[in-house]
Amino acid sequence: MITVQQLTKRYARNTAVDHISFEVEKGQIVGFLGPNGAGKTTTMRILTCFLPPTSGSAKVAGFDVLEQPLEVKRRIGYLPETPPLYLEMRTMEYLSFVGRIKGLSGNELRRRVDFVMDRCAVADMKDRVLGKLSKGYRQRVGLAQAIIHNPDVLILDEPTAGLDPKQINETRDLIRSLAGDHTIILSTHILPEVEQTCEKVIIISRGKLVATDSVNNLQSRARGAGSVLVEVASRGGPLDPVAVQRKFERVAGVSGVVCKDSNANFSTFEVEGKADRAMRGNLARAVVESGWDLNELRTAAVSLEEVFLQLTGADAPAESKAAPVETEAAAKA
Amino acid sequence: MRNSWIICKKELRSYFVSPVAYILLGLFAVVFGFFFWTGVRYFNDMGMQSMMRGQSFPMNINEQLIRPLVSNASVVGLFLIPIITMRLFAEEKRTGTIELLATSPIRDSEIIAGKWLAALLLYGAMLLLTAVNFVWLFAYGNPDWKPLAIAYLGLFLQAGAMLAVGIFISTLTRNQIIAGTVTFGVCLLLWIMEWVSGFEASTWATVLSYLSVLTHFDSFSKGVLSSKDAVYYVSLIAIGLFLTARSLESLRWRA
Repeated sequence: MITVQQLTKRYARNTAVDHISFEVEKGQIVGFLGPNGAGKTTTMRILTCFLPPTSGSAKVAGFDVLEQPLEVKRRIGYLPETPPLYLEMRTMEYLSFVGRIKGLSGNELRRRVDFVMDRCAVADMKDRVLGKLSKGYRQRVGLAQAIIHNPDVLILDEPTAGLDPKQINETRDLIRSLAGDHTIILSTHILPEVEQTCEKVIIISRGKLVATDSVNNLQSRARGAGSVLVEVASRGGPLDPVAVQRKFERVAGVSGVVCKDSNANFSTFEVEGKADRAMRGNLARAVVESGWDLNELRTAAVSLEEVFLQLTGADAPAESKAAPVETEAAAKA
Repeated sequence: MRNSWIICKKELRSYFVSPVAYILLGLFAVVFGFFFWTGVRYFNDMGMQSMMRGQSFPMNINEQLIRPLVSNASVVGLFLIPIITMRLFAEEKRTGTIELLATSPIRDSEIIAGKWLAALLLYGAMLLLTAVNFVWLFAYGNPDWKPLAIAYLGLFLQAGAMLAVGIFISTLTRNQIIAGTVTFGVCLLLWIMEWVSGFEASTWATVLSYLSVLTHFDSFSKGVLSSKDAVYYVSLIAIGLFLTARSLESLRWRA
């Protein structure tokens, strides 16, 4: 649905987007992730034909943003960072206006306006002046205008920025519910948002593509081979962490054991190896067979936060200079 | 065309939803009415005097009342035109709604045409209101309507040209005050440039005075339809709108 190749946008002094390539398939929700100033908004503006690229190409539904902008614009719904509202208009009037400039008219226009007001839960404010709406409502009206012409592609620039937690959840639910009909790209610098909403993540940092992969793959990639946290307690009497460690090292599938924390009664170990069911089962069995108690056994979940910091080089500056990694390939290998 | 009309209706609505349109209409009507009243008084006094002196001084309502009246009206227009155009693009840039327009399947030219048309229609409404005054003139006098119509056409054309300049200036900034002030300055310069012809006869003075909007209004106020002057205004409109289109486009390359 969206094909971006070697896209570059240079300004007089800096390069906002530097040879970015990615593809988005029909019906996907893709999270566009990066710190502030990474080039997210610029990329989105190029996709919506608001800005022309310096070099490279971007195609939406097979139409090039430079060659056939009108065709691209017909197929795109765009919600900029601040919803583009005419604050002196009323909700319904505004949506009708947007519908008209997007090419709707007559019965179809009325039908779509009613539909999107319903869908985005703004129907109760249809005669309210936009300037008097709360931020959450404004954001929803912004979403409503983006989907009014039933576009194939939805581009949402930080759709939850500045909302309160309840509004954020509502907006996320709304976006997720739109996924079936539309291909969605949303940008954010909030990581849990991507974990909760998106299927695929495109991470950019300082204008460069850092990674593009599914949320699950990224998490497991950051986990590396995968590790398991095990908390073991003694059954009466003190526990010898060294004995536990030795025991674990002999369990099938384990490649390394680190004692993370230990005191008289219980110890926590990080066990590295193939974090599959078999290994976890073996670990549990080993603990119980040795007469200890198994207090906790869990895969060490890594949040996207850590992946993100790793990838954008906040923790490892050397990595950011490396070429963009296609982690899908890495995962298969 | 359809898209321009949608934009035009939106702009007109926003003029009339805010007090702007009413203030402009009211102000123009009052000031024009004042000019009309003083003009009529002066005209009457002149008529009386010439009668009392027993001179058969030929009195001409078109020449002695309507002509100065229309010239005054065009000066008032000069003050009000920046107020009409200043928000057209500056406001869209400030609030970010320009992104909505620019990412909708409509052409820049349609946006510009729609906005210019809305501004022109508002000015047209202002002119229309002043017609009330002439109802009395036609009821109690016998002015020739053709020169009056041509004078109004001149007012309309001149406003169209200055509105086009104003719209262009509105694309250059996101600050309405700046847009309005600069528009006023530029229009004023376009106006007073004609003065150099009073004391200079060199080529540049001729060129400068030719470029002035005032030079070309003279024939219209006299009630003479001069194609040369009409072409000047139409060209100025075209240049203004063309510059607006270029400016919108460059906005995208720079933004």
